Amino acid sequence: MLAPMLLWLAAFVVVPMGILLVYSFCQRDDLGRVVFSFSWENYQRVFDPIYLGILGRSVGYAALTTVLCVAIGYPVAWYIARQREAVRNRLLLLVMIPFWTSFLIRTYAWITILKSEGLLNGMLQYTQVISAPLEILYTPVAVVIGLVYAYLPFMILPIYGSAEKLDNALVEAAHDLGAGPVRAFSEVIIPLTWPGISAGILLVFVPAIGMFAITDLMGGAQVPMIGNVIQNQFFKARNWPFGAALGVVFTLMFVVAYVLAQRRGSKSST
Amino acid sequence: MIAIENVTKRFGSFTAVDNVSLHVRAGEFLTLLGPSGCGKTTLLRMLSGFETPTEGTIRIGEEDVTHLAPYRRNVNQVFQSYALFPHMTVRENIGFGLRMQKVAAEEIAKRVAEVVELVELKGFEERKPHQLSGGQRQRVALARAIVPRPQVLLLDEPLSALDAKLRGQMRLELKRLQKHLGMTFVFVTHDQEEALTLSDRIAVLNGGRIEQLGTATEIYHQPATAFVADFIGEANLLEAAMVSRNGTTGRVRLKGGLELSVALAGWPGTDAGALISIRPEKVHVSKAPIAAENVFEARVVEEIFQGAIDRLTLETAAGTRLTAVVANESAIMESIHEGDRVFCGLHTDDLVVVRAK
Repeated sequence: MLAPMLLWLAAFVVVPMGILLVYSFCQRDDLGRVVFSFSWENYQRVFDPIYLGILGRSVGYAALTTVLCVAIGYPVAWYIARQREAVRNRLLLLVMIPFWTSFLIRTYAWITILKSEGLLNGMLQYTQVISAPLEILYTPVAVVIGLVYAYLPFMILPIYGSAEKLDNALVEAAHDLGAGPVRAFSEVIIPLTWPGISAGILLVFVPAIGMFAITDLMGGAQVPMIGNVIQNQFFKARNWPFGAALGVVFTLMFVVAYVLAQRRGSKSST
Repeated sequence: MIAIENVTKRFGSFTAVDNVSLHVRAGEFLTLLGPSGCGKTTLLRMLSGFETPTEGTIRIGEEDVTHLAPYRRNVNQVFQSYALFPHMTVRENIGFGLRMQKVAAEEIAKRVAEVVELVELKGFEERKPHQLSGGQRQRVALARAIVPRPQVLLLDEPLSALDAKLRGQMRLELKRLQKHLGMTFVFVTHDQEEALTLSDRIAVLNGGRIEQLGTATEIYHQPATAFVADFIGEANLLEAAMVSRNGTTGRVRLKGGLELSVALAGWPGTDAGALISIRPEKVHVSKAPIAAENVFEARVVEEIFQGAIDRLTLETAAGTRLTAVVANESAIMESIHEGDRVFCGLHTDDLVVVRAK
C-alpha cells in the first residue's frame, strides 16, 4: 500500500517542488525564457521591502479570514453536530452544495451582489436603508468577504468532525460541576474540539495567503497579495525564476510554521 | 432533603415520568430501581437539572430547583460512562468542580489530596483517564463528584460498566463511602441485587410510576404489586379465589385447585379473585412431613442444579405448579430427585397478596 502512495507523492509533490527549486536559482533572458545559470539574485529580490510588505499584507488578510471563519464556522459546525442524524446530513449537504458550482462562477456571483448597482445595494436602496450605493466591490472588504465565503466550508467540516465526536456527557459533566456556558465552552468544549479547529485553521489560513483569483476579481487588483505577485511573475512578467523563488520562500515559511505549531501541539497534549 | 412533588416529564407524546412524588431523607441511600425505560434515569436527570419537569416541582434542601440550571445546583452526578475529561489529569478532573467554584488553589490541592486518599488513587494523580483501568476511572468519577461536597450525590448506574467481580467490590466501597461521608445518595440501577445490598430505601419504578417505595426487606417480603414481586427476586404469582373466611384466616383456592390458608390482613374485602406471590425459597420441601399452616404433597417435575441451590418445579395432585428453591445441602441430604413425591410447607405469612397492576 505504501509504495504506490510514495510514487504518487514523488510524481505530484516532490518532482514539481524540485523543478520549482531548480528554476528559482536560474535567470531569465530578455524574452522571458529560463536560462540555466546559477544565481542568488532571485532570492535577494524576494527580501525586497516591497515583496515583504505584500507578504505581510497577505498574512494579515489570511489571518483575518481565518478568524472570521472560526467565528462563523464554529457555531455553525456545533449546531449541525448537535442535530439528529437525518437533519445533520441534510445540513452538511447544504454546506457542501457550493462546491458543485465552479469557484469562478461563485466569485462572479458575489460581484453581481456587491457591485454599486448590484443586488445588495439595490435592496438596501429600495428599502430606503441607504440613499447612495455602498462602495464595497474592489475594496479590501470585498476581498475579505470573498475569502471568508470561499474558505468557510473548510473550517466548518473539520470542526464538525470534532464536535460530532464530542460526548455530550462531558459537557453535562462540566455543567454538573458548576461550569456555566462560558466556562464549559472554554474548559471542555474548545480543548476537546481543538483538533478540528487547528485542522480548519490550517485548511483556511494556508490557501488564503496564496489566493489570487478572489483578490484579482473582487479586489480589482487594488490590494495585491503574494499570490497575485507570484501569478504575475509567471504569466505577465514572464519571470519564472523569480516567481519560483517567491514560491519556494513562501512554502518554506509554511513548513517552518507548521512544524513549530505541531511541536507545540504535541507538547500540550502530553 | 429532596422533595419531588407530582412530577411528570413528557417527551412529545411519550410520558417518561408519570406524576411521581418522592421524598428523599438527608443522609439516605435511596435507589431508583427498574427496567430500562421505566423513567429512573429521566427522574435522576431532573434532579441534576439536565431535564426540566413538564409538570410538578422539585425542591432540594429548602430551594425550589425545578427550573434551576445544572451548574447552579448543589448536586453532583456520577455518570454511567464516567464522563471524565480526557484532556485533564486525574488531579485536574477531581479539582474541576472546586476550580469552577473559585476555591483557592491551596484549598483545592488539600481537598483533592484528601479525596484521592479516600478513594485510594494515591500515585495516579498525574495520569490521564485513558491510562487508568475501568475501576480506577470509576473512582475518579466518584472523587470528582464528592469533592465539591454536594448536598446530594446522584449516581447513574455507576457500576454497570465494570466486570462482575469488580462490581461486587465497588458496591461495598460505595456503601462504606456513603456511610463515611453521611451524604445523601440517589442511585439509579436496573440491578436488583445492587439495589438490595446498597439501599436504605428503594423506589421501584415501572412505566414512569413508582410501584413501591420501601426498605429492601419490605420490598422483598411484602411486594405491593405483581411487577415488584416479579422484578425483585423470583416469585410464584398465582391467582387465588376466597373459599371461606374464619376470623383472621381464610381459605383460598389457587388456579389448578390447590387450597391454602392465608392471613386475611391485606386481603381485599370482596371475594373477587386476587393475585398472590410466593417466594420460591419460602416453599419448604421435604420427604418427611412438615409442620406448617399449609402442608400439601407434590411431585418434583424438574430439578435444576445451580451451585448453592437446587431449583425444583413442583406439581400438586390438583395440578398447581410451583417453583421452589432449596439449599443444595438439604436436597442432597434428603436425596430429592426428579419424579420424587415430597411434602411442601407454606406459612400463611409467606402468601402475599399483590395488586395485579
